[in-house]
Amino acid sequence: MSRLPEQPGEKISRQRVVRFKFDGTIVEAYEGDTIASALYAAGRRTFSRSFKYHRRRGLMCCSGQCPNCIVAVDGAPGARACTEPAREGMQVEHLNARPGLEFDAMRATDLVGGPFTPPGFYYKTFIKPRRWWPLYEKILRHAAGLGRLREEQQEREWRTEYRRRHADLLVVGGGAAGLRAASTAARLGADVVLVDEGPEPGGRLLIDGRGERIAALVGEVEEARVETLSRASALGYFDGMVPVWQGDTLHQVRARRHVFATGTIEQPLVFAGNDLPGVMLSDGARRLMALYSVRPGTRAVVATTSDRGLEAAIALHEAGVEIAAVADLRSIPGSPAGTLKRLGIEVMPAHTVVEARGRKAVTQAVLQRVSGGGEERTFDCDLVVVSGGTVPASSLPLQAGAQSRYDNSRGNFALTELPEGVHAAGEVAGVEEFEAVLRSGELAGLEAAHALGLGDAASRGRVDELRGRLALARDQRAAVAVPPPVAGSRRGKCFACLCEDVTSKDIHLSIEEGYDSIELSKRYTTVTMGPCQGRMCQLPAVRLMAQETGQSLEQVGTTTARPPWVSVPMGILGGRPFEPAKRSSIHGRHRELGGNVKWAGDWRRPYDYGDPRGEALAVHQAAGLIDVSTLGKLLVRGPDAGEFLDRLYPNRFSNLKPGRIRYGVISSDAGRIVDDGTICRLDDESFYVTTTSSGAGAVEEWFSWWLADWAMGVHLTDLTQGLSAVNLAGPRAREIMAKVTGLDCSNEAFAYLDGKRAAIAGVACLILRIGFVGEVGYEIHFRAAYGEHVWDALLEAGAEFGIRPFGLEPQRILRLQKMHILVGQDTDSESTPFGAAMPWIVKLDKDEDFIGKWALEHYAQTPSATSLVGFTLPDGYVPTEGAVVLDGAGSAAGQVTSARYSPVLGKVIGMAWVPSALARDEARVTLSDVGRTVTAEIQTKPFYDPDGEVLRS
Amino acid sequence: MSYVLSCPNCGVREVTDFGFGGEVSARPKSRPTFRELNTYNYFRRNVAGVQREWWFHRSGCRAWFIAERNTLTNEVLFTARPEEVGEAGPGGRGQGGPDGRGEDGPDRPAAA
Repeated sequence: MSRLPEQPGEKISRQRVVRFKFDGTIVEAYEGDTIASALYAAGRRTFSRSFKYHRRRGLMCCSGQCPNCIVAVDGAPGARACTEPAREGMQVEHLNARPGLEFDAMRATDLVGGPFTPPGFYYKTFIKPRRWWPLYEKILRHAAGLGRLREEQQEREWRTEYRRRHADLLVVGGGAAGLRAASTAARLGADVVLVDEGPEPGGRLLIDGRGERIAALVGEVEEARVETLSRASALGYFDGMVPVWQGDTLHQVRARRHVFATGTIEQPLVFAGNDLPGVMLSDGARRLMALYSVRPGTRAVVATTSDRGLEAAIALHEAGVEIAAVADLRSIPGSPAGTLKRLGIEVMPAHTVVEARGRKAVTQAVLQRVSGGGEERTFDCDLVVVSGGTVPASSLPLQAGAQSRYDNSRGNFALTELPEGVHAAGEVAGVEEFEAVLRSGELAGLEAAHALGLGDAASRGRVDELRGRLALARDQRAAVAVPPPVAGSRRGKCFACLCEDVTSKDIHLSIEEGYDSIELSKRYTTVTMGPCQGRMCQLPAVRLMAQETGQSLEQVGTTTARPPWVSVPMGILGGRPFEPAKRSSIHGRHRELGGNVKWAGDWRRPYDYGDPRGEALAVHQAAGLIDVSTLGKLLVRGPDAGEFLDRLYPNRFSNLKPGRIRYGVISSDAGRIVDDGTICRLDDESFYVTTTSSGAGAVEEWFSWWLADWAMGVHLTDLTQGLSAVNLAGPRAREIMAKVTGLDCSNEAFAYLDGKRAAIAGVACLILRIGFVGEVGYEIHFRAAYGEHVWDALLEAGAEFGIRPFGLEPQRILRLQKMHILVGQDTDSESTPFGAAMPWIVKLDKDEDFIGKWALEHYAQTPSATSLVGFTLPDGYVPTEGAVVLDGAGSAAGQVTSARYSPVLGKVIGMAWVPSALARDEARVTLSDVGRTVTAEIQTKPFYDPDGEVLRS
Repeated sequence: MSYVLSCPNCGVREVTDFGFGGEVSARPKSRPTFRELNTYNYFRRNVAGVQREWWFHRSGCRAWFIAERNTLTNEVLFTARPEEVGEAGPGGRGQGGPDGRGEDGPDRPAAA
């Protein structure tokens, strides 16, 4: 173990040990550890294998920025080991290495494959012979990628909560600037949300050992009632809406103003072997020490371009790490060099690291003068700490429309103009010194508050003072930052981009091949396109491009900032937040009865109870009961209700007598079938409209839309959720009804297509005598709360007659026997009532206008090219729904929409769209179904009870 | 695309709470020619600028209302109940934009 003695700000609890597995081996961690800190403390140096060359990669940034420690946690790939907390019992696995992390067969691509894997190698190495493409694809798909998804996913296992948050001000970044900005604006009365990626706010202060400063700043924020979201990542900026991912929640934060205090990202150096395990960013090494008390190495070489690396050298020394050498790119190192000198550590000015050597991890580092001349010096070490300057984490403000320019004094692309409503504070705005960072946070908070109409004369006065002091600090900045060169490219691979394994040579080659702009080179080499999204590679790539093309960095420019800024699971973006699973009030009974429950749209419904054919037969021979609560149910009331329906349907309802039922098909103004259902007139001014299960919501929208347009005396109530419905059908149905209701159910008193209100088992019901399944049937609608009661009563009453519950599948067989269409199954968006063999439903003699009238007048005169008909097949083969109907010439001319084996008829029946010329009884059509050809015989009348005598009996 | 609309009943909500009904335009008042019918059914003006639109508060009060929106900037100029806009009468509610070009097709989604 390489744990340090207790550090002042450490985040681990040494009394609490948690155990997790990494590649099957148990790892001990302290509570507060991340996966990576625990593994590193246990001696692990290799955390992943690289994307293309399968080189060993170790911890580098320790802050979730770089791609080096991506692992799978409990089967889900994509977690950063360095930020993912260690949890008891978690299963952690490496990615992208087979057979294992320590021995990876694909490493051959690095050792011998170099010449074969230049940029665009898919189109170079793997282009000939063409017939091998499928083989190549297999190999490449196997080789590429950062992990595999589990083959099996439980249905809707991932639950994403969406939360909408409207605020005055959103502050992104919980470092010193962000905390101060948030508390300043909130004190003036703004409603502020602060989001921070870390487990707790503090930003870089956490590794600076400034615990008391953090506590004070967090105290201010809490006191000012700022809503603080930790472990929360702002993903992007979309027209003022910032999605913030936090655990299983996606906060959609819409604020009137935004302060981005997102800080900076430390940059690596580009030199030979710069990707070896043991090469670490200075902040990474410091995070390991300060937060997790893990010693990053025993003997370190430090190479830096700024004071950051020198400060890290001091911290390493204090932690007991021997400092072998310190190279500073600058000819005059900054002030921490003096401290190092007092500690007995010499800083080598104008030097940099040109090579890291080692097999599994760093064992040596080579330093040389920046100019290239002079003697090179080799040091033994197990840690190379690098700091190549910083870049502002400016993606979010850039997405919001900010501009950036190359800034010579900073050596990076700095934000220049900010769009309206957007402020930047702290390091992202180029402010570095601690007090100045606080001032810039305060200034941003004040400016945001003032723009919101808050504040007073004193706060306005303070703005001027802060602006003056910040300007002064800016003027005192050092003149020019020297960009670090690419060193040692002749010695070995120098990686510009760790995510995608893009070397300095690859960028050179891409320019030689003509991809000479940064956007083109990006697409060709994939530099900046990996998991780090350019955090570690954009600036090095721009520098290489400038060096190769002789342009200035400003001329090269940057690639476009795009969301998402943070790797985010698709499940977070693709959740189904407003589509809960719907279950009828009788659902529990279906489970108890062994129902085979499946999804049907948003609904969970029993497809059968284990015996679909037997259930269908029971409906013919005795009685069956099905839960049809999913039907859409609309109550249309008012003096204009009849006229309203006359306008919406091609047939007439104003002349329907109270207590009678009529079937209706809704058509669009283009004459296409939209939905169907039955309509029962309850009294002069009210109609009970049922719709298909899947069309319920859309029909309600459709009705209410036309109602909004027409402004008629109609009131619309959607009863779909409030009412349950069951269909009792079969030759014994009437006898069963007699046992549960006092209503006279004789055929004379309660005829086919009558609708009556009566109590069933004591529950007030609306009973519709309709025949969707082809036997005498009663569709019973009642308050959903009584679902199980009515269901139980009917099954109990029917027991002596042999009643069986039946599911969706037997219902589909039964309705197909009657050629009752299912909208969306047997029809599509092109189907008209004429093509669907229902010309009788269209009443073109209606004087009044109705939706679809003009189009239907046209279709009435224009024969449909195809028609929906029934067919039978002799040999027991059930064609696939979607099988192709061939015309005489053998071309596709239609399709099968439904097909089932009918147990009562003993043959296969179906419905299909066929050329209208063939839409006559006994015509024969050829069906082509996945390589099989069969001849079907057309039938235009229902297969079962063609004249409806059973239904009416 | 991300912006907010103010439902005349419920107030300001995310655009994703609403269903889009397309640009407002009138259904023909009398029998159209076949060409006019197809234009009404299938053609949209697709204005690059301010237009009047139908919106439906799907995840809220489930009411239809009219909005005026700049399609270039997604700035919503106003929202109103249908009866607050334009003339009453079948097919004529809220018709036409400020420029009066409101005679083309409405955009009713297939309801199935």
